Amino acid sequence: MGLPPEIILEAVLNGLLTGAVYGLVALGLTLVYGVLHIINFAHGALLTMAMYAAYVAWASLGVDPYVAALPLAALFFGIGYLVQRLVIGPASRGKDENILLVTLGLSIIIENLMLAVFRSDTRSIDVPYAMDVIEAGPTLLSYPRVIGFVATIAVGVALYVLMRFTMTGKAIRAVAKERTGAALVGIDVAHVYAVTFGIGTACLAIAAAMLLPSFYVSPRVGNAFVLVAFTIVVLGGMGSVVGALVGGLVIGVVESLSGLFLGESLGQIGIFLIFILVLLVRPTGLFGARA
Amino acid sequence: MTPRDLVPIIAFGVVVVAAALLVTSNVALNFLVFTMIIALAAQGWNLLGGYGGQFSFGHAAFFGTGAYLTAILQLRFGMGAYPAFAAGIAGAALVGLAIGALAFRSGLKGSYFALVTLAFAEVFRVLANAAEITGGAAGILIRLEVNPANFQFADRGTFLMVAGSLVTLALLATLALERSRLGAQLVAVRENEAAAQALGVDVLAVKLRAITLSAGMTGAAGGLYAQYFLYLDANIAYGTWISVEALLAPIVGGAGTVFGPVLGAVILHGLAEATKSVAGRIPGIDLVVFGIVLILVVRFPPRDIPGLLRRWRR
Amino acid sequence: MTGTGPDPAFLAVRGITKRFGGLVAVNDATLDVAEGSITGLIGPNGAGKTTLFAVIAGFEKPTAGIVMLEGEQITGRRPHDLARIGLARTFQIVQPFAGLTVRENIAVGAFLREAKRSAAMAAAEQVAHRVGLADQLDKPAAALTVAGRKRLEVARALATRPKLLLLDEVLAGLNPSEIRDIVPVVRAIRDDGVTVLMIEHVMQAVMNLCETVHVLAQGRIICSGTPAEVVSAPAVVEAYLGQGAAKRLQGAANA
Repeated sequence: MGLPPEIILEAVLNGLLTGAVYGLVALGLTLVYGVLHIINFAHGALLTMAMYAAYVAWASLGVDPYVAALPLAALFFGIGYLVQRLVIGPASRGKDENILLVTLGLSIIIENLMLAVFRSDTRSIDVPYAMDVIEAGPTLLSYPRVIGFVATIAVGVALYVLMRFTMTGKAIRAVAKERTGAALVGIDVAHVYAVTFGIGTACLAIAAAMLLPSFYVSPRVGNAFVLVAFTIVVLGGMGSVVGALVGGLVIGVVESLSGLFLGESLGQIGIFLIFILVLLVRPTGLFGARA
Repeated sequence: MTPRDLVPIIAFGVVVVAAALLVTSNVALNFLVFTMIIALAAQGWNLLGGYGGQFSFGHAAFFGTGAYLTAILQLRFGMGAYPAFAAGIAGAALVGLAIGALAFRSGLKGSYFALVTLAFAEVFRVLANAAEITGGAAGILIRLEVNPANFQFADRGTFLMVAGSLVTLALLATLALERSRLGAQLVAVRENEAAAQALGVDVLAVKLRAITLSAGMTGAAGGLYAQYFLYLDANIAYGTWISVEALLAPIVGGAGTVFGPVLGAVILHGLAEATKSVAGRIPGIDLVVFGIVLILVVRFPPRDIPGLLRRWRR
Repeated sequence: MTGTGPDPAFLAVRGITKRFGGLVAVNDATLDVAEGSITGLIGPNGAGKTTLFAVIAGFEKPTAGIVMLEGEQITGRRPHDLARIGLARTFQIVQPFAGLTVRENIAVGAFLREAKRSAAMAAAEQVAHRVGLADQLDKPAAALTVAGRKRLEVARALATRPKLLLLDEVLAGLNPSEIRDIVPVVRAIRDDGVTVLMIEHVMQAVMNLCETVHVLAQGRIICSGTPAEVVSAPAVVEAYLGQGAAKRLQGAANA
């Protein structure tokens, strides 16, 4: 392992930057889990869909992904809201294994619709800044990744403000804590569920816009991210927002380093092994106390 | 088991044999063999998921192990096709036991169990894609030497008969399980773990037996796949597609019933073919139909349909 | 008694303490159950009765203390092991296998002693007769009334052929006539040689059935004796009605 320290440092920093976007993907997953207590297996497919949306915005309309991020977030909030309200909610009838199956069904549908529409080709966009770097001391950081990092922090802060200081946030927290009680005091639980799901999906849209300039999109691209996101959520503690962000950073670094030492093809093994270990040893995660 | 219970299974065997003898179209035979392979994998899933209520999202781990062992033992270790097939089943069962021991000992249930099985399957896929012994990303070819002694047959009809016999055996095994102490205890675990424990059911032991049998059966489907297509790569053998197929068929056809997986496999693949013939060669469109069927089946469980119809008529 | 050892008690609970975090649910509880008896465990809500049951039946590990059955240490053994050596329990909140029929429900218990399906089914039918479920054998468990579900709980436990049966509030939620129907069932179980330890709130039934009663309050055994002794003990009256209640009652009686 005689790698020079600058390279390792650079790998760590790039891992942190990538990890931030992972954290953003995981944020949506953990938020939905924390409030609805469901594991959304369609999360990866929704991410794929968002990436295609960002791709279409660029390829057909010429809109830069960074510009498209907010409109896409709004669009995907609506999509997430409707999916929960019209499909997951009614179809699962409150049963855990039904939710498992319904979200799995959704992911199959979305993934293969993308395949039907866009075919299995891998697509990427050609923005002028894709290869730009920012010098930070002895290391060079990829410009799109730095933007992604900043966006993640911005989303984190926005979510914090939303949860703390708005009525919507209060209603979400109330439902997360005590669904029956919240319903008794007049909170529309189905609406809050759908809003939460919408917010989770909106996070994905922003993550997609951040990923696209430096990544590719294919019908199954979400799968690569969703297991990573699951790992992060499990590591950070199901339902823990801070855990998702910190977990994202940790996983980004692990991936970056294991890619450096084990090579690209085995790089993901490290993540899966962490995932399995955490699940087996401490399924409540390192940060979460929620059972 | 009374003779009356055996009638539907025998009838199924007869139908498959008749199809093998009468159908001559290669396309149709191909469809039937493939459906039988899926049905077998799904019957494996049904033992653990349907009877035991433990929903695995990673049965690819067992399918792939059965498939790769069948291929690799022949190719790299000169083993005969049948012993290799048997070893593939045993290997898959062992992998099932190992994953079960880790997951169930840690008390993983529901979504967590689904997640951990999914992750295990992915680990296998990544490893198989990188390892040398599996042929890496290029995959592995079983040498074409058509000879019944090599588990290779000149016509697809014969293969259909073999596949159909294995499915029939699996039906018999499922029925035997259903009528056994283990079956009763497994269902009790599905319905209520605490109550089962109080009645003397060793929940961990029961789950482990179930996952071992389940994995072995799905592994047999993998071995059969290897012998039929004579080619494997990591995305086929350990791909998510087979985890999904193995789960979908029992859910659609009736989880925790003897015929559910076979029925589901036939319905789903019949639908897929119908869709393809209507929509043409759009990739993925058959799977879109699968997804829609899955959601509909969960939303409107088939056993509720008579009631729904009555309400709708009123 | 078959044992030759000196231990007097069939079931001996010695100094059981169970803490959940800061909460002491059971505090140094000691009690005996004589072989062939129907013994009651009573106490106000939240006294720790169900927790103590869970510890005896192996569902919770005690923080301290031991449980002995026929002189053998059984503390902390797993529930299914305990069922095998003859300790069965019912649940206060009934836990039927909802998707199965009554017969199949009971058969799960019977399978503990019978390897063959036909034998287990026959045993299940026999048990159903004993608890008065014979005419509902083919009903789905989910379709039973509350009283029916309580009987099913008892039937399943009985089907494991226990030596000691722990009944957790099998009479709760039943109307007086249903209670009158089940009381003789419990007595018949004992008469068939099964020792019974029951948590019960329905005092009329406790007075009627139990030879010995232990009173648990705030995690402690505060009194043991015959039902008559126990209900007149000042400590028990206070546990139920609050401090000073015994004196007030006494005063009222003397006035």
